[in-house]
Amino acid sequence: MVSVMARVAMLFDAFRCTGCRGCQVACKQWNDLPAEVTHNTGSYQNPPRVSSDTWLLMQFREVEREDGGLTWAFRRYACMHCLEPACVSACPVGALYKTEEGPVLHHNNRCIGCRYCMLACPFEVPTFQWDKGLFEGPQIKKCDFCVDRLSAGMEPACVQTCPAGALMFGDRDELIAVAEARIQEHPERYVNHIYGKDEAGGTSLLYISPVPFQQLGMPKLGSAPIQKDAEDIMQKATPAVLVGMLVGLSGLYWVVKRRQEMMGKNGGSGTQGDREA
Amino acid sequence: MTREIALRRPPISPAVVVLGGLFVLGLVAAIIRYVNGLGAITNLNDNTAWGLWISFDLLCGVALASGAFITASMVHLFGGERFRPLLRPAILTGFLGYLLVILALMVDLGRPDRIWHLIIFWNTDSVMFEVGWCVMLYTLVLALEFSPLVFERLGLVAPRRLIHALIIPLAIAGATLSTLHQSSLGSLFVILPEELHKIWFTPLLPLMFWLTAVAVGPAMVILESTISSRVFQRGLHLDLLGDLAKVIPFVLAAYIAVKFGDLAGSGELDLLVDWDLESGLFWLEIIGFVALPMVLFSLRAVRESSGWLLFSALLVIGGVILSRFAVSLIALGRPEFAASYVPHPLELAVTIGVVAAGVAAFALVARYLPLFVEAAPSTAAE
Ligand code: SF4
Ligand code: SF4
Ligand code: SF4
Repeated sequence: MVSVMARVAMLFDAFRCTGCRGCQVACKQWNDLPAEVTHNTGSYQNPPRVSSDTWLLMQFREVEREDGGLTWAFRRYACMHCLEPACVSACPVGALYKTEEGPVLHHNNRCIGCRYCMLACPFEVPTFQWDKGLFEGPQIKKCDFCVDRLSAGMEPACVQTCPAGALMFGDRDELIAVAEARIQEHPERYVNHIYGKDEAGGTSLLYISPVPFQQLGMPKLGSAPIQKDAEDIMQKATPAVLVGMLVGLSGLYWVVKRRQEMMGKNGGSGTQGDREA
Repeated sequence: MTREIALRRPPISPAVVVLGGLFVLGLVAAIIRYVNGLGAITNLNDNTAWGLWISFDLLCGVALASGAFITASMVHLFGGERFRPLLRPAILTGFLGYLLVILALMVDLGRPDRIWHLIIFWNTDSVMFEVGWCVMLYTLVLALEFSPLVFERLGLVAPRRLIHALIIPLAIAGATLSTLHQSSLGSLFVILPEELHKIWFTPLLPLMFWLTAVAVGPAMVILESTISSRVFQRGLHLDLLGDLAKVIPFVLAAYIAVKFGDLAGSGELDLLVDWDLESGLFWLEIIGFVALPMVLFSLRAVRESSGWLLFSALLVIGGVILSRFAVSLIALGRPEFAASYVPHPLELAVTIGVVAAGVAAFALVARYLPLFVEAAPSTAAE
């Protein structure tokens, strides 16, 4: 049901990334997000995951190299702006929606706070304001692709800030071509795969990486959108069950009633079943 | 036509005080939550967005309310007129169950003030959309099915007649909505192929949720009848309960077949001998809470003994609770996040408060409304 038109996209090159976290800070600055109180988790990474105040997080993982040594692997953890977003499919009131330009946005005025989108997202991206009461109105928060900057003709804040050229903004098809070219030019640098090209129906965020993507922390996903079965249930099974039950039960009632009347037990009183509620 | 059984009890009993106290405790927790946010009284966080309230209050609550549609279908649609004495208490249990689900959702939802958005903003792709609509519509059906008790007490003849005229359409709507709703609670988790453990994940979850709900309906009627016969010192329709229980083994057998068939179909039977938490849960459910009550309920001696009936019913109920927790909490979540969620004491307080409100409401209705009708017009009495 969601438009599969995909225009804007972003390429994240984990080989080029230095883990400076400039993007993470730029995201906070542009979106006026407060700092989080955190504790040391034994890594440079901070905080542990995206949250309502941290929409983009650089995750640090130590990964074993082929020669036995250790190397850092940096993962960009933020909304992937899926082409067929599970969060949009899951939201009962259509508070999440996919724009034609690509970004997946949240229409807060609609949201009822059921948090089903948080479960549905295969990347564990949407977050909730757990500390806001009824009067402040808790909201679902996630990366919005800097849609305000895009409409002003600017790049997303993270892309503009990246000093290492690890982030690139542009048309999805062109970025796929760029990624393919980089892998071809330096096959020794990259795993031969563009994550997000097909995963979960394709995403607007495309990743290339020096280490296998599961080691980078990306979930292993097939190319079908993960909501496919659920949507089949909603679009095909549910209407069939609805009609089938209504017709079947009415028919059954009629047959049972007829049989009881034929057996003469009810002495001509056809309303026997209606006597008591 | 119907003789009401008078129930005489002192107005304020210790039970009322305890139930009231528990309810107030839950209410206080809910108020803290409304002022300071869900984080203030729950251990929910961005890794575990759904907790005890969804697993127990919503999933178990709805499943355990299924006695209403099972009994209503038996009496009104399948020609089981003799089960009529069980009908009113079963309808009441279901009605209260749904009201309590809504009550709990009003605490769990981030924006309960916007719950009406479900009515005006539609996303028909969303299972949650179906869940919301089924809760609303079926609660309405249950309210109508329950309303004759109120009309009778108030002596309102015309509205009572109206409901009587509608009772068949209501029963059909109730069975349809229940089927959709019970199954859609399972469908909620079909969108989680990655997060839910393979033993528990299957696109057939809606069928499994529906089958277990059908099995637990009669079990809940047995539980509720047994308890009220003791509390209100009234007779037990042991013969009817035994008859009602006859369907349980068939449903449980179908459930076992679907469970194993599904795992065999997806080539995942070997996971069952991994002997980890998930396979352990699977065997515990299948052997202890499905196969055992299946055998028990198929024995005539069990169906003729109120103690054994109750015990077997409790097994079925326990099995449904176990399976709902397994799917929605225990087997859910990426190992990567190592989400170790344990409900906050105040989360528990809300759940207990909600259950206490339900028990108290049942007792109140039993006291003031014609809940128990004796000597229903059975076929023999025609
Ligand atoms: S990554 Fe998650 S939140 Fe972002 S569009 Fe995809 S499903 Fe939605
Ligand atoms: S929490 Fe809000 S945005 Fe997320 S699924 Fe529920 S209503 Fe939609
Ligand atoms: S700004 Fe660029 S180099 Fe720095 S962490 Fe972000 S993506 Fe990596």
